Amino acid sequence: MACSPDLRAQAFAQGNVLNFVPPRKVIVKPGATVDSALPLELRPGYHVNSNTPSDEYLIPLRLTWNPGPLDAAGFVFPQPRMEKYGFSEKPLSVFSGDFQIVTHFKAPANAAPGPATLTGKLRYQACNTSMCLPPKTLDVSLQIEIVK
Amino acid sequence: MSRIHAAAASAAVAFLLASCSRPSSAPTGDLKSQNQRKPAPNFSLKDADGNAVNLADYRGKVVLVNFWATWCGPCEAEIPWFIEFEKKYKEQGFAVLGVSMDDDGWKSVRPYVASHRINYRVMIGSEVVSQQFGEIESLPTSFVLDREGRIASNHVGLIDKVDYQNEIVKLLQDPKSAALRDAGDGTGNGMLAGLTGAGVRARQRP
Repeated sequence: MACSPDLRAQAFAQGNVLNFVPPRKVIVKPGATVDSALPLELRPGYHVNSNTPSDEYLIPLRLTWNPGPLDAAGFVFPQPRMEKYGFSEKPLSVFSGDFQIVTHFKAPANAAPGPATLTGKLRYQACNTSMCLPPKTLDVSLQIEIVK
Repeated sequence: MSRIHAAAASAAVAFLLASCSRPSSAPTGDLKSQNQRKPAPNFSLKDADGNAVNLADYRGKVVLVNFWATWCGPCEAEIPWFIEFEKKYKEQGFAVLGVSMDDDGWKSVRPYVASHRINYRVMIGSEVVSQQFGEIESLPTSFVLDREGRIASNHVGLIDKVDYQNEIVKLLQDPKSAALRDAGDGTGNGMLAGLTGAGVRARQRP
């Protein structure tokens, strides 16, 4: 899923090379599970380390959700690509282009009905073929509604 | 907050030096002419042993100031070159100073320096130093200083090893620079003979 031009321009103007589309609102019943996708778009020419980087010093892509009405029970990242760059002897485990991270949420059985907002952090570190940008953490949020 | 993203801008210095940290369209390997060179901002940072490293102490030497981080792949590619340069040109009055921009400081940098067998001095950078050098936004960013402590070239991103080497050799062989080196006490520290305190440390440390 691609970002809208307005969002992209705004994010890139702020110095972000990784942009995300606010995830769709989720509606869930107490005790049930639900998946939420966070669509991401990386500026052309750049890559980010995957969630499982190939070197201990590399900073992984990481999505975390703060405690709230839903529990993050797991994440599904896309299959990383092993890319060879001129600056590295070994291929690196990276993401580039458009991709998404899916979070499996579980609503506690005693979750109170009503709307709420879940907040989280997306941490990434991006490079192109000759330089790297400092690690960056973006605030993400998810609108939820717990229904009976 | 990241050291790289300085919050409060030291506006005047940043403005003066802003061009130093921007990618240049000029071909790499080119040194600025003498009258285009501006003095590098001084800094005092601690090395792994807790000793202060003052850039001013290196006056009289050709210095490569390299801003880098352990998480930066292109930076890692340059490290073997810098190790080689330090070894090869040290006796001619050359030094590499590695300024790490890792947020967690020595926790990451100390084992990295050991595992990569880095033979030049490494310090942990700061927001202030980043600002002084025009706000370092991308890594690697390097500045090559002449013996007078002026910025003779700057590079954002990975360039060819030979470009660095050509610049270093040119600066080491520069007649004006050589005169600066040879002047004074005959120890090769040149202008440093005229300095107090810092000059003494410079003869001992670098």
